Amino acid sequence: MTTMTTVPEDARPQVGPRLTANRLPRWTPPAVAAGSIAVGCGIGAAAGLQSHLQWGLISALLFLVGGYLISAQVEGRRQAKDRFATSVVWVAFILAVVPLVSLTVYTVQQGIGVVNGNFLSHSMKGVIQSGPGGGIYHALLGTLQQVGLATLIAAPLGLLTAVYLVEYGRGRLAKAVTFFVDVMTGVPSIVAGLFILSLWNLALGFSYSGFSGSLALAILMIPVVVRSTEEMLKLVPNELREASYALGVPKWKTILRIVLPTAIGGITTGVMLAVARITGETAPVMMLVFGADYINSNPFDGPQQSLPMYIWQQYSVVNNDFGYARAWGAALVLIAFVMGLNLIARGIARWRSPKGGH
Amino acid sequence: MAKRIDVSGLSAYYGTTKAIEDISMSIEPRSVTAFIGPSGCGKSTFLRTLNRMHEVIPGARVEGKVLLDDENLYASNVDPVAVRRSIGMVFQRPNPFPTMSIYDNVVAGLRLAGVKKKSVLDDVVERSLKGANLWKEVHNRLNKPGAGLSGGQQQRLCIARAIAVEPQVLLMDEPCSALDPISTLAIEDLIGELKSQFTIVIVTHNMQQAARVSDRTAFFNLAGVGQPGKLIELDDTQRIFSNPSVQATEDYISGRFG
Repeated sequence: MTTMTTVPEDARPQVGPRLTANRLPRWTPPAVAAGSIAVGCGIGAAAGLQSHLQWGLISALLFLVGGYLISAQVEGRRQAKDRFATSVVWVAFILAVVPLVSLTVYTVQQGIGVVNGNFLSHSMKGVIQSGPGGGIYHALLGTLQQVGLATLIAAPLGLLTAVYLVEYGRGRLAKAVTFFVDVMTGVPSIVAGLFILSLWNLALGFSYSGFSGSLALAILMIPVVVRSTEEMLKLVPNELREASYALGVPKWKTILRIVLPTAIGGITTGVMLAVARITGETAPVMMLVFGADYINSNPFDGPQQSLPMYIWQQYSVVNNDFGYARAWGAALVLIAFVMGLNLIARGIARWRSPKGGH
Repeated sequence: MAKRIDVSGLSAYYGTTKAIEDISMSIEPRSVTAFIGPSGCGKSTFLRTLNRMHEVIPGARVEGKVLLDDENLYASNVDPVAVRRSIGMVFQRPNPFPTMSIYDNVVAGLRLAGVKKKSVLDDVVERSLKGANLWKEVHNRLNKPGAGLSGGQQQRLCIARAIAVEPQVLLMDEPCSALDPISTLAIEDLIGELKSQFTIVIVTHNMQQAARVSDRTAFFNLAGVGQPGKLIELDDTQRIFSNPSVQATEDYISGRFG
């Protein structure tokens, strides 16, 4: 017979530290934040600091230090460090978001009054530059055509390059391709513009055109598409390829019908992001598309306009309040266009991603 | 439909490493042959040489002969794609195509081979899913994604997908290792039914499973780490598990090894 001996509660040896400790209530961090902002603004106002940015930075500093000290008093050093790290993350997040939000808000504020049907549907032809009126239709059309053509060139080339690198590439050629793609990623846009200018316009003798700009934009776009597509294709499990081979499906069909559909969401996102990136390019467009005040709907012949170049011209060439207003309006349209592309990309990624669950 | 396989003098390499050495055996049609042996002894590698899946891995190559009835799979004019069409494979982890529905998964092999007729595909789906004992569970949700099924159902879906292309031989690489005992039992019952139509080769780490499902058992072993794996013996399952002719086999199945 074994007898169970029960040790009285208080006679048990205490192993290690107690599990309970003083904890600050849940509302402490927001309370500290509110207090720091109040004190920060007070100090800022008292010291006569003009910039609200300085007020904000003082508040952030107070929040970090104050939070640490309070926690260290009540909860101990380890908890205080944990809270400090959390606070740093929050402050960094806010510092990163502030410029983004203020940029968007300011652009909308300045631009929303300018953008209307007339602005979107008229060019600058016959409009006195230094006066009111006119619109961005020619620039919008130019941007859409140039970016569209650049995408038509860059997306298939980039996609096929990535397929080669992931599915076929072995040895030296693949390494060389990867190396040059990396180099291309770092090419400044003005260099891409100069390259097309010297090759297409000077050596081959073509004149300024939207297509000429598209070529330079395509050069900028290809490495982005290759890189993102490559990463997406690598994410496709090898087991799926093997499952397909084991059914007697040839390699090219496996890539076309199994690998690419599985990765299509990510690939589309990558292409859309690359499109968003080149939409805002100014330098090569200025050099190769030249700019125009009138509507030129043929991207293969003669100067065109584009949104970034339009913004630049309205700001620096027109250089008065009417020009600034048109520049803000165009900037708002440009941002909305890029944001729209991003939303579409996310939608496609969600819609086409492999589905689990019921 | 089922065909026999005769292997002679087969060695397989990964780059310069020899993974299996000089294997010769015969696999009977309409029977289940199980491969057992310790990890790294080359069972799976050998299985993959039987439908030319080994060479899919970069740097991998094979020496020797594999005859399917009388045709050498490694003859220079043989198309590996055609080989895989007649020798199907089920993998260790269920791998349904994630972008496809249950229906599309089953007919993937046929569709990718160019079969488009709806009535033909419908028949194949029903027949294959019934063959894989999955029809009752999924017949009312064929358009739902295949990845939404449980692990055991997914593996049966993969078996349905493999038998939909009507291969002569079905290779199974530890098909139950990722499954619970109930799903395992379902697959084992299925193997018992499928052997009336197909030649089945199964790699397993579970010796009871080999004893339950197979007619013949092959024991593989390796002399040491880094040494190539070799076939020790192939015999009727009952004999392997009761009275093997090689001492190493008896040591392995009775748990005395190393």
